Amino acid sequence: MTVKSTTRARKKAAPAVPDNLRTGAGAPAELVQLLTPEGERVEHPEFPLVTTPEELRALYRDLVLVRRFDAEATSLQRQGELGLWASLLGQEAAQVGSGRAMRPGDYAFPTYREHGVAWCRDVDPLNLLGMFRGVNHGGWDPNEKNFHLYTIVIGSQTLHATGYAMGITKDGADDAVIAYFGDGASSQGDVNEAFTFASVYNAPVVFFCQNNQWAISEPTTTQTKIPLYRRASGFGFPGVRVDGNDVLACLAVTRWALDHARSGNGPVLIEAFTYRMGAHTTSDDPTRYRLTEETEAWKAKDPILRLKAHLDKEGLADEAFFAEVEAQSEQLGLRVREGVRTMPDPDPTLIFDHVYAEPHTLVDEERAEYEAYAASFEGGENL
Amino acid sequence: MAGQLNIAKALNEALRKSLENDPKTVLMGEDIGKLGGVFRITDGLQKDFGEDRVIDTPLAESGIVGTAIGLALRGYRPVVEIQFDGFVYPAFDQIVTQLAKMHARALGHVKMPVTVRIPYGGGIGAVEHHSESHEAYFAHTAGLRVVSPSNANDAHWMLRQAIESDDPVIFLEPKRRYWDKGEVEDAPSLPLHAARIVRPGTDATLIAYGPMVKVCQEAAAAAEEDGRRLEIVDLRSISPIDFATVEESVKRTGRAIVVHEAPVFMGLGAELAARLTESCFYHLEAPVLRVGGYHAPYPPSRVEETYLPDLDRVLDAVDRALAF
Repeated sequence: MTVKSTTRARKKAAPAVPDNLRTGAGAPAELVQLLTPEGERVEHPEFPLVTTPEELRALYRDLVLVRRFDAEATSLQRQGELGLWASLLGQEAAQVGSGRAMRPGDYAFPTYREHGVAWCRDVDPLNLLGMFRGVNHGGWDPNEKNFHLYTIVIGSQTLHATGYAMGITKDGADDAVIAYFGDGASSQGDVNEAFTFASVYNAPVVFFCQNNQWAISEPTTTQTKIPLYRRASGFGFPGVRVDGNDVLACLAVTRWALDHARSGNGPVLIEAFTYRMGAHTTSDDPTRYRLTEETEAWKAKDPILRLKAHLDKEGLADEAFFAEVEAQSEQLGLRVREGVRTMPDPDPTLIFDHVYAEPHTLVDEERAEYEAYAASFEGGENL
Repeated sequence: MAGQLNIAKALNEALRKSLENDPKTVLMGEDIGKLGGVFRITDGLQKDFGEDRVIDTPLAESGIVGTAIGLALRGYRPVVEIQFDGFVYPAFDQIVTQLAKMHARALGHVKMPVTVRIPYGGGIGAVEHHSESHEAYFAHTAGLRVVSPSNANDAHWMLRQAIESDDPVIFLEPKRRYWDKGEVEDAPSLPLHAARIVRPGTDATLIAYGPMVKVCQEAAAAAEEDGRRLEIVDLRSISPIDFATVEESVKRTGRAIVVHEAPVFMGLGAELAARLTESCFYHLEAPVLRVGGYHAPYPPSRVEETYLPDLDRVLDAVDRALAF
């Protein structure tokens, strides 16, 4: 009897879902923004940012070069040089803003779309293309630039990032970690487990969710009924929604979040509200599930155009600067094209390399079998 | 070392030594701290090494293995306890897609010295999901090493070797043998992946590992009364398998019977039978036979004795092999 009446009482008391908890394509009021789509600099009381003209120009250069690299990769896939490409088009500001917020000792755990973060970590763009060409599954040394391998299984890396951050705490270091993931990944158990572990161990990790509105064909409304940044409160740490097409806001909020985390205050969730302008990958066809009108509306919020408008309006860059960036962009395109086209296929015995760190009898045996088989053909050693 | 220990204590001592020898070794798992684990394998370790090194984790197996991977990337050497065999499946994705492949994906740039300890197998009258033998899943995945000790000495030294390995090791503990006592020696006598002939014989070779080694020893003792001398190979390592030791034995005896608790279908016995047929064809006097679990969910405990291979089922297979 008691149980019943309690249930009834609870039902009565349950409040209606307020308007500001509804998600949608429109930018909600709580969005942190420092640069409007028209290029107007605005202030946010909690996230002040002081920038020099040099810094603004450097961010512009990053955005342009990252977009150029991405466009080259898409073209190379169309030309058959890459098997697949996952474009970051539209998400440059979220990635460059957060990437430039990191200190050298900080560590990034990417998905497979963080080409802009890789750029900020000074990872050679050609390294990223190896796995999309099929010559390796990543292959760079993650510790060289503190940029972990791309992770394709959705959300897995958020746990690796959390464990790494737990290690930072054990070491007594003041580094911090960023775990990148998307709106689709927010539904994964691993992401929710990462939130739990990071929270109870106070791990210095920033969960950076690029809500690009689409998980292949599924809109964010298939993943959540509340804005994603509010998930954080249930786990006991702060969540912030930032304009993901505003490089300055992404920089300011991420810098704050990393410092919050590295100071022993535990994790932060950042939801960068942005848009995937391109297809999920080169194998995808977005015309089957979303309207051109929606994409067109987001074009008006383009991250590069708004920073350029700001630079123009404030007289912070001249024609020579833009011409120089364009020339650098051309050079990058050329280097990427040539680099991919001349990227050699690995020796087939790569299959047997690095399966284990220590000797393994079965792998050794199978390698020897393969080599004997290959040698049995005429000119077999060249197979 | 400490003379006669049961397997549980031998494992506990191995963890203690590993924590003492390497400050980067950390233990992670559910209830492994104050409680000492549900089987008390980590008993007293948190008290002596602190909460920072013997870590009670949230109740989330994927989270445990996933964060262990992150700690390994940071230079730590995590030893993870999965509370029961049937609870490893939430972590299966992290083990198979991440832990097993990370070294290869990084072209050798990173190592994954993570040990995943799992109490496995039946025979303890447990409820559902507490009695499974899932070694074939892990052995089928390249990048993992899979081992299972059968006695206290192996439990101690194999666990220490597994923790020292720079590769991920799935360490399967025969939970129904936890309380079996044995001598623990001062040094390991074999490398981690070597099999051992635990009883020499001439008429047939019994191949087993983990909890089934004891069953085979009982069967061999009973067979001896009938004048049959059975050899027993304790595989110890399930991946890789020390085929050289197995093949040498089978070439001498001419007959092989593989015994495991896991279902026969697609089990380790299938791999061993195929391999022995290829490598010992002209020495075999009979087909390689398999004794194991049925193709059915692990049964309720009141009938588990029917499911589990026992002395009689092993001897029945011996009869059939010798009848050829």
